[in-house]
Amino acid sequence: MRRLLVAVAALALAAAGCASDLPPTGASADPSAAPATSAAASSAPASAGTGAQSDFFVQADYDTQLAMRSQTAEGPADKPWEQAIAPQMVDTAKYKKDGPYHLCFSNAAVNNPWRQVGWTTMQEEVALHKEIKEFTALDAEGKDDKQISDIADLQAKGCDALIISPNTTATLTPAVTGACPEVPVIVFDRGVETDCPVTFIKPIGGYAFGADGAEFLIEKVPAGGKILALRILPGVDVLETRWSAAKVAFDKSQLQVVGVEFTDGDAAKTKSIVSDYIARHGTIDGVWMDAGATAVAAIEAFEDAGVPVPAFVGEDQQDFLQKWKDGNLTAVAPTYPTYQWRTPIIAALKILKGEEVPKMWNLPQPKITQDSLGTYLQPNMPLLHYALCGCESMPGFPGKWGGK
Amino acid sequence: MKRAIPIFVVLAGLLVAIAAANPFFLEPAGFLAFLKRVAPLAILAAGQYFVIVSGEFDLSVGSLVTVEVVVAARLIDGDEAMTWPVLILLVVIGLLVGLVNGLVTTKLRVPSFITTLGAMLILSGAVFLWTGGAPRGALSQGFRVFGREGVWAVAILVVVVVAAVLLMRADFGRTLVAAGDNEKAARLSGVRVDRVRVFAFVLSGLSAAIAGILLGGFAGVSAQVGQSLEFQAITAVVLGGVVLGGGRGHVIAAIAGAFTLEALFTLLNLHGISGALEYAVQGVIIIAAVAVGGLRLPALRLSPSKA
Repeated sequence: MRRLLVAVAALALAAAGCASDLPPTGASADPSAAPATSAAASSAPASAGTGAQSDFFVQADYDTQLAMRSQTAEGPADKPWEQAIAPQMVDTAKYKKDGPYHLCFSNAAVNNPWRQVGWTTMQEEVALHKEIKEFTALDAEGKDDKQISDIADLQAKGCDALIISPNTTATLTPAVTGACPEVPVIVFDRGVETDCPVTFIKPIGGYAFGADGAEFLIEKVPAGGKILALRILPGVDVLETRWSAAKVAFDKSQLQVVGVEFTDGDAAKTKSIVSDYIARHGTIDGVWMDAGATAVAAIEAFEDAGVPVPAFVGEDQQDFLQKWKDGNLTAVAPTYPTYQWRTPIIAALKILKGEEVPKMWNLPQPKITQDSLGTYLQPNMPLLHYALCGCESMPGFPGKWGGK
Repeated sequence: MKRAIPIFVVLAGLLVAIAAANPFFLEPAGFLAFLKRVAPLAILAAGQYFVIVSGEFDLSVGSLVTVEVVVAARLIDGDEAMTWPVLILLVVIGLLVGLVNGLVTTKLRVPSFITTLGAMLILSGAVFLWTGGAPRGALSQGFRVFGREGVWAVAILVVVVVAAVLLMRADFGRTLVAAGDNEKAARLSGVRVDRVRVFAFVLSGLSAAIAGILLGGFAGVSAQVGQSLEFQAITAVVLGGVVLGGGRGHVIAAIAGAFTLEALFTLLNLHGISGALEYAVQGVIIIAAVAVGGLRLPALRLSPSKA
């Protein structure tokens, strides 16, 4: 009996003990430093809490993206999905052919509400164009290997143009490179490490997204305020760039980042983590998030603890916008607009008609502020709908997106 | 019950460590928040205990929790009037999945490891198919109150614990343990082994339904809500000194195992360690607890002759 007791106790305590010996790099702040933080806030270097800079950080890309935020996009003012920032046009005359066309699409996944909204939007865009006689789409279900074989399968289907939304950057690069000589390729959302596609379509990018949120908190939260940063996962380039830009901003500010935590994008885990931070620090003055899907769970942690909801960074999902309005929150919503799912279809048709397209098609990436909240809050849409779908004037709206 | 003592010692140690790292834990609100967080896992552990002590496994509870939450959100879709009908439906789904698991295991003689692994895959596949990979709809405030208001969650936990203890003290409990300890002997002495096992699976399904209601209430709709919960529940039960293969262990110890596991996660989180390490810790615990249990067996065999 005693032996078991000692063994289990030693096991449990050793697990806890050795864990706390780990250096507090990366994910998290050292809790033993917490009591001292409020006193030291104004004098200590604010960078202490943000950890080392991400390996994914590229200064030149960061500079380019932050500059793009203030550049005016070219194109029709009421159709941001057709606009491009600082476009370098390429000639597509060699791809010109007569319609009707057969377009093909290799989709990384439809496994989250953002991709669902985007996928619906893309299908509706296809329906707008009579000259598309056939649209073949394969869903890779979030698997690199399936997408590699999907891309190979599609090349045998007689596609006039191939649209690819890569699951991961590095692994899909050879498959995309292989498809380029066969058919005009359009890549969007996540990138690949080759410039062989005719055009690469994306919003400004992760650095701009991360900086938009961080700059808002720096403006709204008084110096010395405590910031909690919530991230989904480490090691994903599009998310690493968001955090690394926020880190740069926070390091230059007087704010104090008391924790950087990974939520796995799980609402329950997010809520538990935020509850723990509220318990440990008494107050949190601002919450930065690299994606807004769990923002409402994080807000609820403050509500359930009976403390005021601090300044918040969310995203353009309706549940967050609704919470923002109902609670009269201090909030901002950087966006990664789902209207980018319209652009590849438009680009494919331009290419097949021999019209020039931007080599890097940078779409505008607006953020929702207090002033524009009313425009984007759509109570008739589902709670998980993303407001920047650019789909309001499409014939299937709102029913196709689940709205009433 | 003697086997259960170590888990309470470990739990007490962890609770002291948490209180030392975070004094808020000792305040009523802080402790209530902890209880609220433990409740779903503790209830799942109670359900899993019935199955394990009868000599079987239930790997399907995690997927079942996800199914419950996703179905609830889709059917309620924010409409308060739907709250109670859907709550009843969720309980029925839980009971039904448990019943099917139990019948396939006992009547078709498919090992429960395979039966419930199959059920896990079928349920997660069905959810994926039905939702297209991301949940739709919304839960009503009336539904969420059970998981969001600490008092409700704790009240439900207390009811489940009391019911579990009463069940184990009744004839059902004795026959269940007998079936897990020595199936042949139990059969020969008139225990309807299949029937008690089916009932154990039904209880496990019911526990998943209740856990799903609490988890959905706690944080809202999510397609990942049940992820790896089956392993957490099994870890909790094993940590409580319940022997895999059945026949030995106390339900209170299994529930204490859930408290211990959650306390350990809370402590790791307080010390800034989270995420992937939780899985590693769980893996170490489950192996070590079973290994330590195995080491003790020879000592146990000696004891009756001395007594």
